Amino acid sequence: MSAAPNTRIDVARALRDAAWTALLAFGLFLPLIGFLTVQNLNNTLILETRFGLLATFVAITALGRLAYELVIAPMRARAALRPAPAKPSRLRLLMAMLGRGFTPFGIGFIVVYPVIVLTINGTGGAVKWIDNFGIQIMIYVMLGWGLNIVVGLAGLLDLGYVAFYAVGAYSYALLAKNFGLTFWMLLPLSGILAAFWGILLGFPVLRLRGDYLAIVTLAFGEIIRLVLINWVPVTNGYAGISGVPRPTFFGIPFNASDEGFAAVFGLEFTPLYRTIFLYYVILALALVTAFVTLRLRRLPVGRAWEALREDEIACRALGINTTNTKLTAFAMGAMFAGFAGSFFAARQGFISPESFTFLESATIVAIVVLGGMGSMVGVAVAAIVVIGGTEIMRDLDFLKQIFGDTFDPTQYRMLFFGLGMVLIMVWRPRGFVETRQPSVALKERMAISADLVKEGRG
Amino acid sequence: MSDRRTVLSVEHLTMRFGGLVAVDDLSFTAAHGEITALIGPNGAGKTTVFNCITGFYKPSEGRIALAHGDAKIWEALDDVTESGARRLLRGDGALYLLERMPEYLVTRQARVARTFQNIRLFPGMTVLENLLVAQHNPLMLASGYTLFGVLGLPSYAAAERAAIEKARQWLERIGLVDRADRPAGALPYGAQRRLEVARAMCTDPLLLCLDEPAAGLNPRESHELNDLLLAIRADYGISILLIEHDMSVVMKISDHIVVLDYGVKIADGAPQQVRDDPRVVAAYLGVADEEVARVEAEVGL
Repeated sequence: MSAAPNTRIDVARALRDAAWTALLAFGLFLPLIGFLTVQNLNNTLILETRFGLLATFVAITALGRLAYELVIAPMRARAALRPAPAKPSRLRLLMAMLGRGFTPFGIGFIVVYPVIVLTINGTGGAVKWIDNFGIQIMIYVMLGWGLNIVVGLAGLLDLGYVAFYAVGAYSYALLAKNFGLTFWMLLPLSGILAAFWGILLGFPVLRLRGDYLAIVTLAFGEIIRLVLINWVPVTNGYAGISGVPRPTFFGIPFNASDEGFAAVFGLEFTPLYRTIFLYYVILALALVTAFVTLRLRRLPVGRAWEALREDEIACRALGINTTNTKLTAFAMGAMFAGFAGSFFAARQGFISPESFTFLESATIVAIVVLGGMGSMVGVAVAAIVVIGGTEIMRDLDFLKQIFGDTFDPTQYRMLFFGLGMVLIMVWRPRGFVETRQPSVALKERMAISADLVKEGRG
Repeated sequence: MSDRRTVLSVEHLTMRFGGLVAVDDLSFTAAHGEITALIGPNGAGKTTVFNCITGFYKPSEGRIALAHGDAKIWEALDDVTESGARRLLRGDGALYLLERMPEYLVTRQARVARTFQNIRLFPGMTVLENLLVAQHNPLMLASGYTLFGVLGLPSYAAAERAAIEKARQWLERIGLVDRADRPAGALPYGAQRRLEVARAMCTDPLLLCLDEPAAGLNPRESHELNDLLLAIRADYGISILLIEHDMSVVMKISDHIVVLDYGVKIADGAPQQVRDDPRVVAAYLGVADEEVARVEAEVGL
């Protein structure tokens, strides 16, 4: 070990810290994991203890702390003492090269993704990968990109974003069921209706900033959900709307009938065709969202959004109508949520208020924050990590080898998810993408460090 | 004063915050093409006057009028005030009642630009982006309120090129063209001050309001700022309203000085005249009138 005094490893202190951590973990996990209530054969609740599992949890926490004190902390201290390299390291150059090729490669991969999945899994296993992973993640990518306009660019913290998703979904479901309008007519209409509700929410919150804005938007999201629950004659309340018409392939339905997609094209019927079709529909929608947002960022309105995040008073002094600027941000963000919502309703065929809870809003905000700096690539990566991560954690059977056969991994999904989020935020406090790309350059585009970019206070 | 055409006229301006009277019955005028300085000790109400002129505050009482074009337009002032309108547009000019306008219209229509005492740049945006945000309104029009821009029509691309060219000329003028692609927040203090002046000028103002532009500058930077302001006035024929503590700036470049103390005007006139006014000296040095001579000798005036 190098002998600089402040990098010396203090084993006694590390052990003491680990003991404290173990004590804390014991206190926290004792009620959460140590005890379990189960129903016995007589239908009465009895208390079971799981001290073995508790011990495993406490031991893992203590060992983790010990490893941090003995290995990671000294490593970081030494790295901090070392002077910054004059030339960027080879690893950094490689990363930069990868970064440049990331977007075209990513889009290419997403386009051929169903083909890859089909070749690996065959028609049987492919539905899960295309539907649960592909379509699900892409819906959240789109929602993330929509909210990114409001939170990432304009700096207005909106905790009720799922309301616009719900407006889009219910617009499609109700208008398609009651008036027989088709998916392609209702898609833009749902977007417009959601944008209209975005403006409606925008008006009362224009004067609010920061925490106050967050609270009011949160309330707005809840209002929409409660209206959906209680306005039974229209929305059918908790029971939701079932039998929502599914999208057709330019008029050809995806069903087993003689006029169905499979019969018309002389193929054997399988539900997979619809899934693949839906996959490409949401892919196209997401790409349109990306294209429009990238364009908007380079237009005066996009620059005004970012300027609003940086300093609202200065914006007003430069003759920018901040009222309109905020309303356009709300409306654009809501419109993309409306598109995503109508697609969601068409894909599920069934919607109920259960799908539009605060947890959804929180997930979308988490995606935008994890993405970082209003970056579109960041949001896409964050959506893959958050949504793909929670999906993957549905099969965590290997954990049984650590915690024993009685351990049910699905119950701990959210615990691991939370742990992952904490670790990411410790590692990257401003999100995956830590620099802002300028919208325009005179000579050379240079990324801007997160230290200078404001987070926006509404 | 027939050769002095009034551009801004402040009449009986009063601003109260609850029981506090920040500005009390203040009247003054600023002439076209002149640099008018508003000076006074800390807390005299200078920035409040600025906020009233630029629309950030609604004055409790008073009228603030600004004229474009021919001086004859002033004859219509009372008629406009009576009519309840915000502005009067005529072939030979225009008249704006600034106290009736929201701050963004004061900049957009009445063409009054301002800077701030504590610099308010967009720190996370590049120097160039800062100057483009200042050209928001013409660019917004060129992008067909975003619609043409999203469709990628060439008319917007041309307008953006012109806006970048204008920004580049300003950057050359303030010596920041090499740093155009750097974040504004990473510039040294003096450069941030110059950039804020350039950003205000990018809104094409007829009246430029500068709130302590020399604060925190060293003597050399403050000298450069004097030159910049004089050059702007010479090249663009605009009028400048200035709040300043730095007497080397005020005395050298102003044509006309208004002195405030506790929200009340105590002197109004040419620099030399104001400088010799015992009430001004007393207010500035914070001493009673009879002690002025002694304190002046101490500080070497």
